[in-house]
Amino acid sequence: MSTVLEVNNLSISFGGLRAVDDFNINIKNGALYGLIGPNGAGKTTVFNLLTGVYKPDEGKIFLEGENITGKSTMDINKAGIARTFQNIRLFKNLTVLDNVKAGLHNSFGYNTVTGILRLPKYYRVEKEMDEKAMELLKVFDLDNEALYLASNLPYGKQRKLEIARALATDPKLLLLDEPAAGMNPNETKELMDTIMLLKNEFKKTILLIEHDMKLVSGICEELTVLNFGSVLCQGKTSSVLSDPEVIKAYLGDD
Amino acid sequence: MKKIKMSKHLKDNLTTFSIVTVAFIIVEILKATGHISSLMKGLLVPVCIYIICAIALNLCVGILGELSLGHAGFMCIGAFSGAFFSKCTQDVITFAPLRFTLAIIIGALFAALFGFLIGIPVLRLKGDYLAIVTLAFGEIIKNVINVLYVGKDTDGFRLSLKDTVSLHLSGEGKIIINGAQGITGTPNDSSFEVGFVLILITLIIVLNLINSRDGRAIMSIRDNTIAAESIGINITGYKLMAFTISAGLAGIAGVLYAHNLNSLMAQPKNFGYNMSITILLFVVLGGIGNIRGSVIAAVVLTLLPELLRGLADYRMLIYAIVLIVLMIFNWSPKILELRKKYSIKGLIGAKKAGEVK
Repeated sequence: MSTVLEVNNLSISFGGLRAVDDFNINIKNGALYGLIGPNGAGKTTVFNLLTGVYKPDEGKIFLEGENITGKSTMDINKAGIARTFQNIRLFKNLTVLDNVKAGLHNSFGYNTVTGILRLPKYYRVEKEMDEKAMELLKVFDLDNEALYLASNLPYGKQRKLEIARALATDPKLLLLDEPAAGMNPNETKELMDTIMLLKNEFKKTILLIEHDMKLVSGICEELTVLNFGSVLCQGKTSSVLSDPEVIKAYLGDD
Repeated sequence: MKKIKMSKHLKDNLTTFSIVTVAFIIVEILKATGHISSLMKGLLVPVCIYIICAIALNLCVGILGELSLGHAGFMCIGAFSGAFFSKCTQDVITFAPLRFTLAIIIGALFAALFGFLIGIPVLRLKGDYLAIVTLAFGEIIKNVINVLYVGKDTDGFRLSLKDTVSLHLSGEGKIIINGAQGITGTPNDSSFEVGFVLILITLIIVLNLINSRDGRAIMSIRDNTIAAESIGINITGYKLMAFTISAGLAGIAGVLYAHNLNSLMAQPKNFGYNMSITILLFVVLGGIGNIRGSVIAAVVLTLLPELLRGLADYRMLIYAIVLIVLMIFNWSPKILELRKKYSIKGLIGAKKAGEVK
């Protein structure tokens, strides 16, 4: 199986703090990969490095063999990485439908003049975008709320909408930053089904950060455990979760 | 589901267009039957200018979400470049509508160009800092034009930043821009009807832009820049685009202004920061991001000082009090409730709504 994401010796420091130190990861096409670790271990920093929010001090990032190290967030998204955020970042004053259509921005195009003069192409492309967006919303069971303002959605649905928006950019790799945070057990169960759907139906490669061990052990095939910015353990989920070092650092031994 | 959405923003836009059109027709009828005082007649074009400016600024403040206090400067550029063109071609193009159309296009393009050039450094800033820097640029534009001397003789155009003498014009040469005295003798091509057409054009540009792919990108930047970047939207590009279009539209208002007067001067009164603040006032009072609101606020607040003229010395005092009261109560929940209850839409649609429930 081909490699989607390859990260070599990634490091970044903030002042004297080495937030991520010599981070390596190799994600195969179609994998569902988990990134876990205690609070402050540097998981979100890894996401920010992968998506170009921070530029790494050292190391290289390859997406399907293409070097994307140091590229801007916009270009990295165009190259094929989309993400969600730990603290939800929706376009709150846009409708649910428009949020997803904003995600379709680079997949469907017409120029500004066409938009202002409402040439036939405008109506055709907008219709296509509407259809595609509704299709995505249906997957996430949001189609009935399509015309709500994003800020009026309940919390769980806001999280789903964020995933839908990221998916709309048609990424090769989807990064989910704590998708189950703040969800109740039912919502988490539903979310697990949705993530499995993304993997099986949409054939997406997924890297996710999560604290909910039920979700992690339930769906992730491989895991990397971060602790104080460096990799503590890496491998198959079952073997990682039974590793004594991991249990000591993260899960807590009794 | 999709149909509802399409018809909703279409209906919203149509309402805005019909309000403007109906207002125009009413004023035209009143004008024809002689029910409008000459004072009010003199205000008709300024009202159009303010409406266009308010819509332009709302694109920048409400849709893009960046506070600009320099729009009077862009208006100034539009006014001077438009007037300059008209003055130069007065003898060549005798057909006034064509000349004025070209002047408007040139004014808009020049203002947009300056919007683009100023936008490149300025849009890196955010919030208060952006407001202060745009304010400064607005003042710079006005002051540079105040010391600009341009003349024309047989050898072509001559330019100076000192005085008319240093232009070294030959015998038949004439001065076009005379420093602080500005441009005199601009043809009076502006009229209420032209203003109305320009308002419609501005509305079409802005409303259609908002409801397009680009508008969505611009509003997504306003709502969450980091998320917009993460879905591959070109932040710098779209910020510049909205700012440039906004500046260009302010330029159109400037051209209209220039062709409404015999002499055009860049003074603190017309192109100073006071003007920028006045336009911002229309935008804020009309509702940030609400284009129709901007139009209504611009009309009401331009006519109000004139309607209060009877109060003589207390005029501006009362105007200020009215502003404060409006600011406090315009968006208060109780007033919103009342507005909903007594709105035209509410009265017409009352029965329909009842059926649905």
